[in-house]
Amino acid sequence: MLGAATRKEITALRDRYPHPRSAILPCLWAVQNEQGFLTVEGMTEVAEILHLVPSEVQAVSTFYSMYFQKPAGAHHVLICVNVSCALRGADDIVGHVERRLACPSGGTTADGAFTWESTVECLGACGGAPAMQVDHHFHENLTPDTVDALLDRLRSVPGAHAGAGATPSGPHPPTAETPPLATAEGPPAGAAPPTERAETPGPRTGTTANPRGPRSRPRRRPRPSPDDL
Amino acid sequence: MAEHRLLTKDFGTEGLQTLAVYERLGGYQGLREAFQRFTPETLVDEVKTSGLRGRGGAGFPTGMKWGFLPKDVFPRYLCCNADESEPGCFKDRKLIDENPHQLIEGLLIAAYALQVNIAFIYIRGEYFDQRLLLERCVEEARAAGHIGNDIHGSGFSCDVIVHGGAGAYICGEETALIDSLEGYRGQPRLKPPFPAIKGLYGKPTVVNNVETLSNLPHIVQRGGAWFKSIGTEKSAGTRLFCCSGHINRPGTYEMAMGTPIRELLEEECGGMWKDRSLKAFQPGGGSMQVLLPQHLDLALDMDAVQQAGSSLGAGAMVFMDETTCMVNVSMRLVDFYHHESCGKCAPCREGTYFESDLMHRLEAGACTSEELNTLADICDNMNGKCFCPLGDTATWFVMSAYKAFRDEFEAHCGAGSCPVRSGTAQLVTA
Repeated sequence: MLGAATRKEITALRDRYPHPRSAILPCLWAVQNEQGFLTVEGMTEVAEILHLVPSEVQAVSTFYSMYFQKPAGAHHVLICVNVSCALRGADDIVGHVERRLACPSGGTTADGAFTWESTVECLGACGGAPAMQVDHHFHENLTPDTVDALLDRLRSVPGAHAGAGATPSGPHPPTAETPPLATAEGPPAGAAPPTERAETPGPRTGTTANPRGPRSRPRRRPRPSPDDL
Repeated sequence: MAEHRLLTKDFGTEGLQTLAVYERLGGYQGLREAFQRFTPETLVDEVKTSGLRGRGGAGFPTGMKWGFLPKDVFPRYLCCNADESEPGCFKDRKLIDENPHQLIEGLLIAAYALQVNIAFIYIRGEYFDQRLLLERCVEEARAAGHIGNDIHGSGFSCDVIVHGGAGAYICGEETALIDSLEGYRGQPRLKPPFPAIKGLYGKPTVVNNVETLSNLPHIVQRGGAWFKSIGTEKSAGTRLFCCSGHINRPGTYEMAMGTPIRELLEEECGGMWKDRSLKAFQPGGGSMQVLLPQHLDLALDMDAVQQAGSSLGAGAMVFMDETTCMVNVSMRLVDFYHHESCGKCAPCREGTYFESDLMHRLEAGACTSEELNTLADICDNMNGKCFCPLGDTATWFVMSAYKAFRDEFEAHCGAGSCPVRSGTAQLVTA
């Protein structure tokens, strides 16, 4: 069951558009902010408020790569490996983070502090390559040292999901604890002080929205090593 | 280059993101003048006179696009396309970060010209801080009476809704953007009917890029003829070029159209880094064909670059030095299109998969030379045969690189590793 504030936010989003269905994406952000990922129950409630069938909401959710279909770590680290970043050493950053967090791309650290992934989806920070996003904030001109400093700082602050709904119509989780290093933008206005997440969402039960997991991750294919040839 | 700074002239001013500072520098005068000096029809004509072409990639004349709206069909909708996801492109982010009110003013001017009462800004999910900033600015503008009912006593009413996406490159395609905005999976629609006839909620809709709209306050204030006098005959005005890769000063630079590419590289970007030489560059972002050092003297002009076999696209310049492996770059771009293919049509959905699979094996040196023919065959089966341009563009870079650097592609075949970078799987960074 979604909290009263989230339900109110979803209702307000619905009334903002000429047609209620247009509010699906912002409403899913509201669910993810509160629950940390898209629970089937949360999506069902969105469907109810928007006068849709639950399957319609779930079908939309699996198209977009920024929604989590399963629980994620307290902080989300996204490292760009598209051309502009790769030309300036993104692969080194990826290798460094992989060693540092001791889990492969797409995984969550054992302590639940980080979910990280390398992505070919250009983040739009090519002028500050190599770049990454942490909890939706840009960090540019990365070096292994700046990445280390950032990860250390983040490990000591709790996750951001509990701050949901702090912005009037801001569907994203406000993360006042992760101001960008490279840009002067301050934390988003009105961000709530982070609090410990009330409870970690358990594994999803009941019907699975998408048995294949989140859509549009590049399929891992075995790469031949030089020794095999 | 100072005289060519139009959109970026106030960049860096302290507090430009606030309404007070923007208005002090003459902000929202364009909107007031639009109401005073133009009717919606004459405003459309003024934009036609200016020769402004869309800055999102296709370069379609903006005034002509506006002219396609059927008369007397209401409501109409306007969408600002801020779903910038083209590899190498970050100008829209810069325009929003630095001067968000310029965009909102441009959006309102366009809404007035088109008689639109609800305008949307569709911004990609990754631009989180930018979206919060825009929402704050919209509220500020609303409180000041620039948005709302009977704006400045003109009798014209308009609301602006900032809508965040959630990570899908394809939503930058205008019909996919409309699908996504309606609350569906963001897949492109069949054209015709074009959005101008039947778009958002089945009504006439115009989709314009952030940079296109940001030009409008200047066109209104200084006139279409003045705008037309900047740049070249067919590419009027200035453009923001996003420069990245192996250069000394990556960033966005505003240049008049028609400036030679060499000037952009050597004067603005500070030349190639580490005293290395240029091997190749992309003039228009990840989708566009590769160009070579001999093309540096081309003018930054949509038609000139097109004649050289590529396109200025969204104005993203990616420069690569002599150590770059073109197979590796192709592989990353093909991976991108594979990741972002929406799955609607088979040539793109399957083609990008096989293309990506083959490129990974080629980069690892595990392909036979016959498979290069397969690559060409896959690309041939995609180019021009996909539902929307995403599938076509997934082949453009790799095919142009294959043509220009055939030796390099062939050297990878059966090499057991990347020969350009002598066995390492990383791009050279030191």
